[in-house]
Amino acid sequence: MFLTLFGLVLAVAVVCFFVGRSRAVAVSGANYSALHSLPSYHGWWLVLMAAGPAFAVLVFWSLVSPYLLRPMMLSQFAPQLTEFSAAQLDGFWRDIQAIAGGGTPGVRDAFREEAAAAYQSTNRLSLIAMVALMIVLGAVGFSYAWNAIAVHFRARHRVETAVKVFLAASATVAILTTVGIVMSLLFESLRFFTMVSPLDFLFGTTWTPQQMAFRTDQVGGTAAFGFIPLLTGTLLITFIAMMVAAPLGILAAIYLSDYASPKVRAVGKPVLELLAGIPTVVYGFFAALTVAPFIRNSGQSFGFDVSSESALAAGVVMGIMIVPFVSSLSDDVINAVPQSLRDGSAGLGATKSETIRRVVLPAALPGIVSALVLAVSRAMGETMIVVMAAGMAANLTINPLEAVTTITVQIGTLLTGDQEFDSPKTLAAFGLGLSLFVITLSLNLVALRVVNKYREQYD
Amino acid sequence: MNSLPSFETTAATSAVPTAAVHPKITGRNVNVFYGEKHAIKDVNVDIPERSVMAFIGPSGCGKSTFLRCINRMNDTISICRVTGDIRIDDKDIYDRSLDVVQLRARVGMVFQKPNPFPKSIYENVAYGPRIHGLVKSKSELDEIVETALKKASLWNEVKDRLQESGTGLSGGQQQRLCIARAIAVSPEVILMDEPCSALDPIATAKIEELIDELKQNFTIVIVTHSMQQAARVSQRTAFFHLGILVEEGTTDQIFTNPVDTRTRDYITGRFG
Ligand SMILES: Nc1ncnc2c1ncn2[C@@H]1O[C@H](COP(=O)(O)OP(=O)(O)OP(=O)(O)O)[C@@H](O)[C@H]1O
Ligand SMILES: [Mg+2]
Repeated sequence: MFLTLFGLVLAVAVVCFFVGRSRAVAVSGANYSALHSLPSYHGWWLVLMAAGPAFAVLVFWSLVSPYLLRPMMLSQFAPQLTEFSAAQLDGFWRDIQAIAGGGTPGVRDAFREEAAAAYQSTNRLSLIAMVALMIVLGAVGFSYAWNAIAVHFRARHRVETAVKVFLAASATVAILTTVGIVMSLLFESLRFFTMVSPLDFLFGTTWTPQQMAFRTDQVGGTAAFGFIPLLTGTLLITFIAMMVAAPLGILAAIYLSDYASPKVRAVGKPVLELLAGIPTVVYGFFAALTVAPFIRNSGQSFGFDVSSESALAAGVVMGIMIVPFVSSLSDDVINAVPQSLRDGSAGLGATKSETIRRVVLPAALPGIVSALVLAVSRAMGETMIVVMAAGMAANLTINPLEAVTTITVQIGTLLTGDQEFDSPKTLAAFGLGLSLFVITLSLNLVALRVVNKYREQYD
Repeated sequence: MNSLPSFETTAATSAVPTAAVHPKITGRNVNVFYGEKHAIKDVNVDIPERSVMAFIGPSGCGKSTFLRCINRMNDTISICRVTGDIRIDDKDIYDRSLDVVQLRARVGMVFQKPNPFPKSIYENVAYGPRIHGLVKSKSELDEIVETALKKASLWNEVKDRLQESGTGLSGGQQQRLCIARAIAVSPEVILMDEPCSALDPIATAKIEELIDELKQNFTIVIVTHSMQQAARVSQRTAFFHLGILVEEGTTDQIFTNPVDTRTRDYITGRFG
């Protein structure tokens, strides 16, 4: 139904465009230059005024009417529904919708058939009301817009304003979604922090939420929600990953942009970027099956005690995974440094590497820093490699040869399997999510400050 | 070497020059190609030591291209190919054994478009002396920077803001900064590609004064679109047209008594 109506509105809009355009041509007496705005703007103006309100009604009504219809139906059949629990009411509502729509309901009986018939007639009424409203608004808008079209009518300004409003609305939707996500993160975290003290969470050094399940009667108990081991694990793995990715990525970018012949570059750059296309789970088993045993074996031959899952294995593989993030972006910013600067330096007798170290890299530094920040955020958010190669044990250690776990991995484990939605164990995921969000956000802010400061100085 | 005192040219070859007493730079049968495009055609030229030589000619005739051959800046353009023989102090600068980095330290360049580094004004000028290890102490470096900036007549404008970015200067100031940067390494030859194109008459006069002063010790090659400037600062002038060196001689002779009609037309402004 919605799609049919949408198609109709669209067809009307197309017609309006041509009508508006030819109307503008007509009022100008085919003398375009007399018109304040080009004829096509008058066409758009008519579209906006005639089809715009109808379209808005269609969208709004379709979104809102289910929420109005449901209480209406439930109150109409309230006497028969007194015994129903909330879940049963949901089922009943689904059933009558299914019967009315010709689908397969969970339960079909005379009562539900009757309710479905009532639902259908109400629904039809509401649909008729909506279409009537669309037609009326469309007609009013059309006649107003039609009469407004004149030689001096400023259709261009109206259309530009409408475009601006539309763009602003799109931006608002995006921003509001983000705000909504952050808000829900905040509220769920607040619920978590009413059950577990924020101090215990932020400064606790043991993380054993799994024990919760055995002691549902006693909140707190031996289940501990100390976030420190996860934080150190995350930072440790991220640090190892960046120790691999930063030098490899930046050096590869320098090679590709300044040393490689065009042929090598044409092959090398896509191949490097291919690394970013490999699914992380593939990196995960590469880490678990190849790198981790290698590290354990070589560690043992030096007499170190290495567990089969280690932060080192996960970090190194993760580092390789994010090399393309660093190299690709750095390569772009290094390439964007003008050739004239390189020439200026070479013209003074600087060698290629002096030029790169003293002129190109400083000029590209802001961009390189943002590439690194992006890579760090990526490393912190990575889950799969850690699960497979670094384990799930929340050890508080900075020894890269031991098993550790990270914030994201724990969020994953907390939310897999059947969970009660209001137990601290589940809500802890939101607490962790919030902390990860705060960490990445502050990292970005700091990097932004650094970059801006550097820009002020040099650009 | 052709000893005829003639400036007549054939279609593709400029006459081998004779006038230079002691050439610092000699070019013989120099050809430059950008891919398929033949940008410099069989150019022969002698550039005398401790003097100023001006390259003039219509836009796109190859002045910059030839200038860039003298310190091998064309090496940085991958499609560019140079043939022929260019010598400085009788040494072939395209010889395999020659160190191009050393060459460029001896043959400095001021580019057509100002290209200060995104560093402080001080660091821009100190860049050359630093990479060549010319100084032992900070005070020595300060001295070099100050002298170079004074010579480029920029000192008074920037002496209170040496730590500010060089890219924050006006276009003309940036060009003078680039001149200061080039002379701070005290090269033997300075190649200047339209160094005054972004300058006002006062700054131009100062740069011309500087060029006059520099020629006591240095060999200078300057590309310019201003006939007056060429006449004022240079001792010899070469006129390029469509990649060919049409005519070369003392500046007096070129401007008062050009042999080739193309030269005459150009300097009298009949084509360009
Ligand atoms: N990097 C390059 N790649 C390809 N062709 C080039 C390149 N640089 C210059 N050319 C060509 O070589 C010819 C000579 O250019 P050049 O820059 O030497 O001219 P010019 O005499 O300095 O001109 P202007 O007075 O405008 O600076 C021109 O036709 C130009 O198109
Ligand atoms: Mg030029």
